[in-house]
Amino acid sequence: MASPVRNGNALREPAPVRWLLIAATVSFLALFLLLPLLVVFVQALSNGVSTFAAALTGDETLASIRLTLITAAIAVPLNTVFGIAAAWAIAKFEFRGKNLLITLIDLPFSVSPVIAGMVFVLLFGKQGWFGGWLAEHDIKIIFALPGIVLATTFVTFPFVARELIPLMQAQGTQEEQAALTLGAGGWRTFWHVTMPNIRWGLLYGVLLCNARAMGEFGAVSVVSGHVRGLTNTMPLQVEMLYNDPGEYSAAFAVASLLALLGFVTLALKNFLEWRHGDELTALRGN
Amino acid sequence: MDITIRNLGKNYGDVVALRDIKLDITSGELLALLGPSGSGKTTLLRAIAGLETINQGSIRFGDIDATHLSVQERRVGFVFQHYALFMHMTVLDNVTFGLRMRKLSRRPPKSEIRRRGMELLELVQLKGLENRYPAQLSGGQRQRVALARALAIEPRVLLLDEPFGALDAKVRRELRTWLRQLHDDTGYTTIFVTHDESEAQELADRVVTMNEGVIEQAGHSP
Repeated sequence: MASPVRNGNALREPAPVRWLLIAATVSFLALFLLLPLLVVFVQALSNGVSTFAAALTGDETLASIRLTLITAAIAVPLNTVFGIAAAWAIAKFEFRGKNLLITLIDLPFSVSPVIAGMVFVLLFGKQGWFGGWLAEHDIKIIFALPGIVLATTFVTFPFVARELIPLMQAQGTQEEQAALTLGAGGWRTFWHVTMPNIRWGLLYGVLLCNARAMGEFGAVSVVSGHVRGLTNTMPLQVEMLYNDPGEYSAAFAVASLLALLGFVTLALKNFLEWRHGDELTALRGN
Repeated sequence: MDITIRNLGKNYGDVVALRDIKLDITSGELLALLGPSGSGKTTLLRAIAGLETINQGSIRFGDIDATHLSVQERRVGFVFQHYALFMHMTVLDNVTFGLRMRKLSRRPPKSEIRRRGMELLELVQLKGLENRYPAQLSGGQRQRVALARALAIEPRVLLLDEPFGALDAKVRRELRTWLRQLHDDTGYTTIFVTHDESEAQELADRVVTMNEGVIEQAGHSP
């Protein structure tokens, strides 16, 4: 579709207005997004590359990187499966309580992550509902990996589902019905018809979910216990180093790595969008 | 294959969509279901396909009681109003989908699947377009891909929902003639839904008129 700004005059603003709008947007972005990120990298490298490298290869930092990656490696696949299931149910079936389910999916977005963390402490902590039973059976959830995974999964639940629901609703069920009449069972229909139609949306959802899973601070902070080298994820490690006067630039070194992970995610998303743009248009063509 | 429908009823809560439908379709017949929108004609078509559950009555395909068969087991060729082609598959992959989805024990070898697909594309005059995607086809071409895809499973009956509804007048006339020819050549029992009386009269062996969920006039077999 040709852009209306290039063709029609009706939507064309006078040049000064356009420039003013562009300038306002660019300076806002520069001031509030680019500058802070730049500061992170400048600070990280302020004491030289060797200090930067040393900060990143310290045992505690390496442990935090490992923990963050493990957490994301569990939370993201879980939310991918749950997200597809939820979006599938909402988009393709009519049932009672559907709106309630949609509201529930949004809950992690509307509730402060700190509260999400506290909920798990209330449930599984020493004084919590299941605390006694867990202690008896020697299962540690709070101040351990399971708690961190739970909190992260809770906070990042909506990303995949939110991305897929409007997409699947727009696509409707026509192609699935056609597959059924052609003899395909439910499972094969899902793999051969539904999945290919949602794969790009799914990928965006997964990437965003992953970015947030690795960056989550609030909820994880409550359940982690901040044990250095054990239950500190990267964001928690950044904060801990930052509060330590001697480790100021190390904090920024880890922070820059975290920011880089975010950049890679966005770059990957844009690359895929650019690379498969034709296919996306083809899928939306009908 | 003969199709026998008895006392078929369907309702959505208090709203009656189909009431006491009785219909006999002779093997090889080309039948039109004619009626205004909301008359239940599409619901009846979907009920025959098994895409719609029914509340009472029975549907038989020849000697087989199809009332409780699943959509897959009924093996009907269904052409959807907006074709419902698989947008991410080539034309050939669309046409051969039904064969490729068969259980391994009943699935023909790859080369055979391809051969049958190409044969069907030739039948619907789309030879040479097998590697295109549906988005690259015109409306009339998509319609014919949908038809070839439905024929690929060697259906017991061919069901078409407003087959010409989304096409412009010229293509519509061409396809009408062509579909009649195809029906006479292949001999599939065919039911199509339309709200266009002249289309129904011109194309079908027999016209069944529906209104408000009941059959008003069943016509006479030729």
